[in-house]
Amino acid sequence: MIINVSPHIRSKNTTRRIMLDVIIALTPALLAGIYHYGWRALIVTAVSVAACVLFEFLYELILKKPVTIFDLSAVVTGLLVAFNVPSTMPIWQVIIGDLAAIILAKMLFGGIGKNFMNPALVGRIVMMFSFTTAMTTFAAPVRTFTGLFGIGADAVSSATPLQDTAQLSVNNLWGLLLGDYAGTIGETSTVLIVLGGVYLMIRKVIKPTIPVCYIASTLLFSFLFGGTEPLLSLAAGGLALGAFFMATDYATSPITNWGRVIYAVFLGLVNAVIRVFGNYAEGVTFAIILGNILVPFINEWTRPRPIGAAKAPKKVKKEAEK
Amino acid sequence: MKNKLKIFTNGLFKENPVLILLLGCCSVLAISVTVSGAIGMGLAMTFVLVCSNAVISLLRKVIPDKVRIPCFIVVIAAFVTLVQMVVEAYLPDLYESLGIFLALIVVNCIILGRAEMFASKNSLGDSVLDGLGMGIGYTLVIVAMAVVRELIGSGTLLGYRIIPEGYQIGILVQTPGGFLMFGIFMAVLIYVLGKHGKKFEPKIGCDGKCGACSENCRIRDVNETPAALKEQEVQS
Repeated sequence: MIINVSPHIRSKNTTRRIMLDVIIALTPALLAGIYHYGWRALIVTAVSVAACVLFEFLYELILKKPVTIFDLSAVVTGLLVAFNVPSTMPIWQVIIGDLAAIILAKMLFGGIGKNFMNPALVGRIVMMFSFTTAMTTFAAPVRTFTGLFGIGADAVSSATPLQDTAQLSVNNLWGLLLGDYAGTIGETSTVLIVLGGVYLMIRKVIKPTIPVCYIASTLLFSFLFGGTEPLLSLAAGGLALGAFFMATDYATSPITNWGRVIYAVFLGLVNAVIRVFGNYAEGVTFAIILGNILVPFINEWTRPRPIGAAKAPKKVKKEAEK
Repeated sequence: MKNKLKIFTNGLFKENPVLILLLGCCSVLAISVTVSGAIGMGLAMTFVLVCSNAVISLLRKVIPDKVRIPCFIVVIAAFVTLVQMVVEAYLPDLYESLGIFLALIVVNCIILGRAEMFASKNSLGDSVLDGLGMGIGYTLVIVAMAVVRELIGSGTLLGYRIIPEGYQIGILVQTPGGFLMFGIFMAVLIYVLGKHGKKFEPKIGCDGKCGACSENCRIRDVNETPAALKEQEVQS
């Protein structure tokens, strides 16, 4: 009888399976994006995905590292970058965003699992600072499929409901939830994003702690600070996408349960502060990036005590030093 | 002669004040937005470095050890004021674009660092060479960074448009872009200086043999922090 070293039972989870689940979960929102903003949304998304995969492949080829593009994580990053831009965004600017996401945020720090910030959000920030006009000129919905091949339909740009509060009204709530307003490709249809998030929870890819605490605390804090109608700020903008797909990134979120709660409430607080008091209409990106940076500290603060360990190891250490 | 040359070339790459010694980064990050500003800053810096190194080297036997830092600062401040007045009088545009950073050369770590580490211990000739090398090393880095940042960030070089309007990547001329370029330049220099696949280990003005050194720099103590000791324990 041959006895191998542990582990003897392996989980069937692989990075590729998890990433495939995330892609499946993002598909409804992508379809909604194409429906609302025309075929250009699909082109932007396809280019973004291709660019991300290509950048990762080239980086690994040039530095002679093992090629990891088949774990599909670059595809997810590409999808998320595209979801964060309006469909009218010039293609080359999207590719710059992909470059920042994959090379700057992910590969330079050692590739998947070693990035300390969410790559897609780094891409978004770089595009936001570099191409502010293109990033904030949103296309009004064209409803592709109803017009049957509305390829020629020119996108009309208008303000996002978060900037133009006149569009924010309870009468319009259903339209806002479905994403029927001017916005980015992937973050407008809150209902479909939540659907994708629920799918991920059922598949046990993500736990509900972070999304639920993040959204709840955002709503609570915006209410306390006297911001816009809380439910409307959930329906319009990228909160749902951020909460379900970006704040929950394994490498950049805390590993302990209490850590996740602290992290998510912190995100909600920052998000509400930026939305209510800040100049930016949207606070999700900065909130999550700020939270990402704090994750190592949160992990350290909330490290569970092993059973039987001394109650206050810090004190013991201090005495030993004396 | 070879030794003299080495004193000069040290500052260019192997002990580059900005990218290896990591001194004076603040002005590099802030000024490397335009090439013209970077050239002006680099020249002002080199002038102050050479002059202050020379004077401090001459005064090194007169200055009492206990008050050496204030003495260095006074010498440096004198030359900075000189530069500031000249630039304000003859190059008002440059003076405008450098702003507070010209005056801040007084407290720039490179100049104080060279006074402390080199000029206060070496002869006049060596100190001038060291100041010249360090100054040129600083100028090279700030100008190189400014070329990349201005070209890609604003699409111009020395004010002339190279990349058509609308195709620049604005983040490079903003603060995050400065940090990005700084990191990339540092990585590239370390990579280039590494030989035969070995990583380049910068020597910070000494050979790491603290026993035979009068300096109280405590480099050795870095290896004796609780975390490092614990790691050694685990290894043994």
